Amino acid sequence: MSFKSFNEIMDRIKTSNKPFWEVILEEDISESQMTRDEALTKMSRLHLAMKAADDNYDKQLKSSSQLVGGDGEKIALAVKNKAMLCGDFIGTVMEKAIKMGESNACMKRIVAAPTAGSCGVIPAVLLTYQEQNEIEETKIIEALFVAAGIGEVIAHRAFIAGATGGCQAEIGSASAMAAGAVVYLKNGDGDCIIHAAALALKSLLGLVCDPVAGLVEVPCVKRNVIGAVNALTSADMALAGIRSQIPPDEVIDAMRLIGNAMPVSLKETSEGGLAITPTGLLIAKRLKN
Amino acid sequence: MNVFDIIGPIMVGPSSSHTAGAVKIGYLSNKLMGEKIKTARIYLHGSFLTTGKGHGTDKAIVAGLLGMKPDDDRIPESFKWAQKEGMAFCFEGIELRDAHPNSVKLNLTGVSGRELEILASSVGGGNIKIFQIDGLDANFGGDFPTLIVHNLDQPGLVTKVAAMLSQKSINIATMQLYRSKRGGDAVMVLECDQEISSESIKWLEQLDGIRKVTYLSLEESA
Repeated sequence: MSFKSFNEIMDRIKTSNKPFWEVILEEDISESQMTRDEALTKMSRLHLAMKAADDNYDKQLKSSSQLVGGDGEKIALAVKNKAMLCGDFIGTVMEKAIKMGESNACMKRIVAAPTAGSCGVIPAVLLTYQEQNEIEETKIIEALFVAAGIGEVIAHRAFIAGATGGCQAEIGSASAMAAGAVVYLKNGDGDCIIHAAALALKSLLGLVCDPVAGLVEVPCVKRNVIGAVNALTSADMALAGIRSQIPPDEVIDAMRLIGNAMPVSLKETSEGGLAITPTGLLIAKRLKN
Repeated sequence: MNVFDIIGPIMVGPSSSHTAGAVKIGYLSNKLMGEKIKTARIYLHGSFLTTGKGHGTDKAIVAGLLGMKPDDDRIPESFKWAQKEGMAFCFEGIELRDAHPNSVKLNLTGVSGRELEILASSVGGGNIKIFQIDGLDANFGGDFPTLIVHNLDQPGLVTKVAAMLSQKSINIATMQLYRSKRGGDAVMVLECDQEISSESIKWLEQLDGIRKVTYLSLEESA
């Protein structure tokens, strides 16, 4: 069985004296019957697939609805021209987040993390950090296990699908996972990791899933940006010593309750929010014809 | 939940349920057919019907029926590949009773004339559930080698199947039994921890009271 709470993970870290990522890995292989090497290799493949998806971005592509495509290139240019208010690092994170979201909408190959709609958040943070710092490949793989462990707890206590919990469950979860992973890359301990995740999740609680015309395009692609940037600010807060006043497990429980209270119209059904704005409805009508 | 249910799968976008799940339904149907598919009538239900096109659900199902997996970058061009490989297909809308919003009914004919009807749902995160085969209930996700035996509802057949598996040292992970009515058509669905050889499948097929054996092998070359 995978971990049901951050508390369980923290207890295991204490009793085993092993780091966060290793505790997650060992628990997982005890269930999946994979060997340690197989699991590490598989995660490495996922990392390479994220990289390949980032490299293979095609600025010419448009989604079949024509709503999405080419925006990643705009940010890339702004970063290149040193025009970003947010600076190079966050600028590149934004660029990668949009690019991945656009590639997904254009039927390119991506890695769901945790979902396809939120596939840009984790690679945007980790690949950019890896490019701009000297990080060994193995450490990135370990960071992905940290991210997955956070995601597992969220999936167990709440949800990771927009249809069940709204966008907070997708972009919110991805953001929490990325926050914990980047804290690990900055050598933060387990406590710092789970608080970064909690801080990230808290800031996106209540986010609804209201895709225009039911497509994983508007607003999904650009929400990957806030997921990624929010992961960085949350990680920085945690690394600076800030802790969530609400314990991390309780933050996830709050997300579950909010998701349950959320009307169905705001959970991927396209019957509320941006989807039923006059323009949203017009787009839906155009695509139907 | 496994670590790789959270990060992964590697897939062609845009939607794990409407695209990756749809490919997986097609892929497993192809495996269940056990031979090349010649014609496919594809009936889309619910959200598969209404938002399927924008998610490439149609291309995804056809890709899967051709044997492509969710990470195959030929998925966007699957219609062309179908033409190349001589698989005819058509799409229609359908209203399936009490079905998950992301569901599809497939009526397939293989090159040898073998027929197969499958009802399946994409239940989220790229996971799927096959809930009916040839008109009888089933409930499996294609994560294990799966044996589906259609038989007459008569005593002793479950024992024979179980004994064969036991003799081959194949462990049963889950087992389901359904029937239309007492003494009527019945089905057993067995998810196994190991693969079953084609000889064993053939042996089952010739047993008295067995009407049809369908086997989902997860081996790559099969």
